[in-house]
Amino acid sequence: MERIYFDHSATTPVDREVAKVMLEYMTEKFGNPSSVHSFGRETRKAVEEARQSVAALLGAAANEIFFTSGGTESDNLALKGIAFANRKKGNHIITTAIEHHAVLHACEYLEKQGFTVTYLPVDENAMVNVEDVRNAITDKTILISVMFANNEVGTIQPIKEIGQLAKEKNIYFHTDAVQAVGNCHIDVNELNIDLLSLSGHKLYGPKGIGAIYIRKGVKIESTQHGGSQERKLRPGTENVPGIVGLGKAADLARIELNQRISHLTNLRDKLIKGIQEKISDIKLNGHKENRLPGNVNISFLYVEGESLLLNLDLKGIAASSGSACTSGSLDPSHVLLAMGLTHEVAHGSLRLSLGRGNTEDDINYCLEVLPQILERLRSMSPLNANSKLAANNPCSQCDHH
Amino acid sequence: MSTKPRVLVAMSGGVDSSLTAALLVQQGYDVIGATMQIWDKDVPESDAENRGCCSLSAVDDARRVADKIGIPYYVLNFREMFEDTVIDYFVAEYGAGKTPNPCIACNRYVKFEGLLQKALALGAEYVATGHYARIGYNDTLGRHTLSKGIDHTKDQSYALYHLNQNTLKHFLMPLGDYTKVRTRELAAEFGLSVANKPESQEICFVPDDDYKGFLAEKSPDSLRPGNIIDVHGKIVGQHQGLPLYTIGQRKGLGIAAGKPLYVVKLDFANNQVIVGSNEDVFSSELIAEDLNFITIDRLEKPITVSAKIRYGSREGIAIVTPLTKGSVHVKFFEPQRAITPGQSVVFYDGDMVIGGGIIKNSV
Repeated sequence: MERIYFDHSATTPVDREVAKVMLEYMTEKFGNPSSVHSFGRETRKAVEEARQSVAALLGAAANEIFFTSGGTESDNLALKGIAFANRKKGNHIITTAIEHHAVLHACEYLEKQGFTVTYLPVDENAMVNVEDVRNAITDKTILISVMFANNEVGTIQPIKEIGQLAKEKNIYFHTDAVQAVGNCHIDVNELNIDLLSLSGHKLYGPKGIGAIYIRKGVKIESTQHGGSQERKLRPGTENVPGIVGLGKAADLARIELNQRISHLTNLRDKLIKGIQEKISDIKLNGHKENRLPGNVNISFLYVEGESLLLNLDLKGIAASSGSACTSGSLDPSHVLLAMGLTHEVAHGSLRLSLGRGNTEDDINYCLEVLPQILERLRSMSPLNANSKLAANNPCSQCDHH
Repeated sequence: MSTKPRVLVAMSGGVDSSLTAALLVQQGYDVIGATMQIWDKDVPESDAENRGCCSLSAVDDARRVADKIGIPYYVLNFREMFEDTVIDYFVAEYGAGKTPNPCIACNRYVKFEGLLQKALALGAEYVATGHYARIGYNDTLGRHTLSKGIDHTKDQSYALYHLNQNTLKHFLMPLGDYTKVRTRELAAEFGLSVANKPESQEICFVPDDDYKGFLAEKSPDSLRPGNIIDVHGKIVGQHQGLPLYTIGQRKGLGIAAGKPLYVVKLDFANNQVIVGSNEDVFSSELIAEDLNFITIDRLEKPITVSAKIRYGSREGIAIVTPLTKGSVHVKFFEPQRAITPGQSVVFYDGDMVIGGGIIKNSV
């Protein structure tokens, strides 16, 4: 069966050039970068070059990049590291209701440690209002953490304006840019970002590697203790193959960025348009213009996203759903609920996240298969029968949940 | 490409459902494996002993088996349905003075009706489970039938009496033709890692089998302490809340008496546990409601059956007489021990399930 991958927000395939250079640093060049001898020196050099590559992608200086195990660790380090290092200054953190769990759960942990966290709401497009951020600031606020682009609905936040506000108020500004790096133009200086999290496997690099950008002079403490690697901020022998792979992936992202954005935007708009033309009773989730170039998130009324997802899988199309149970979590998407969607509409959501390997043929195949699946599911859906009676507001029956 | 229809196998991670999947693959069906995720634990699971049917480790086991036999495998989200039907029912039944059987409710509303809907949505024609029971079609009756598994010691037809003609038509239970011993042998032959996994007994959604803690959280009103009285009305002790006691129970009453005392009745109206001798625990008649019949459309005249009042009990010969309002009167030839409201009574004709219902009360 032909397989089509539309789940690049979950992870991306490692670029062959990336894999090739990584293999070299697992086999021939295996030294510990902390070692004095030539074996150590050659891997140290590679690590520093990779640091330079990541910095170049973000418009940062190399010594402002620290390697971690991925987005979750970077988010945890940013939140806990800033909170604990600055608690004499204040105990208030501002974030949003639609953050990744790495941020939300780290915030919940900090609340248990005596910090106060404000979770800002978003509008129906998952957009944060800069004035809400301004109004939430108190004299105890030490950190604002707002994601660059949402992983589910793709909405890109007004990062520059929030960063400007934070700068004026002398508050640190962190952004979880895991989905945005490699998909959006990012310059940490132009956007007034103090800390930024990124992950290797979302930009055609390997899993298990990520980085955090920390502006020079930001007061942060380590959450992990050990040796002096990563200037003691993130001790532990460097994941050299991962770091080298991330460096290579960052180089490719920088070179190909414009091309990737235009390719993905083109395919994305074709897919959205095709679905809108072929399938009735749908709702595009997320901002129409300010969204990730490869993100399509649509609620199909009267069906469960889970059934949709599994039927697509049986047809070889890999997608994702806010309601599917894949890793033990059964909660409906907190992002869709924060946008004001009812449980039923949230349950009918499907995310198709496109990547650089996708083609027009992939989109056409999807547009051929998806309407067939929808037609079958809707013909047997009890939600459908009920909702036809209340045609004006098909989602009016959600209060029983 | 397989030519046989698509079948969704309900996989719990145990040996029975694992073998079911393997057998159907061997028979050429287009098999999809699925586990119903119905209960979410908040704490990380590092406890290797945790073997409840819905635990994440069960999912891991099922996934391993699916990988081994080369079928797609999904974890399906049934939490809302489970909460709305089984947990609410469990708590409500206790509140109403009955001993609920959550596994029957789960089977009926979630595992069968719910799973069938999902299977049909995925383009499957059948759902298969690892139950020890046989589904067939009887030409004389012109009906789909349910019979005991050939391994009578493992027979699970008692828990399946609620299946109707439409559900039976869509279900496969290949293990009804095997013994448990043979199942384990075959599982080992297929190289399934779960061949020797122990069986799980606990009620899956009550963490650590802690009913008291569960009810205290979900239904605190159901745990009011009160009096334990004997059959003559004399107070002989104190109880900790009626749901914590079962009819026929002897241990754990905390009463020092000259002769052994047993729970005879739970009197919810007066919040009392009534105790008596072992003989007092026996009765010969009961009323059952919420009936389902498989071999007939409905009961119109009295019939003689072999009836079973709980999963582990022996069958007794009884006459079942229809009453008004869809209930029946069941009179046993021999008194039965610990007839318990809320449990099911199931009627058999030999190996074949005639039907069954929920015990309302003993008479």
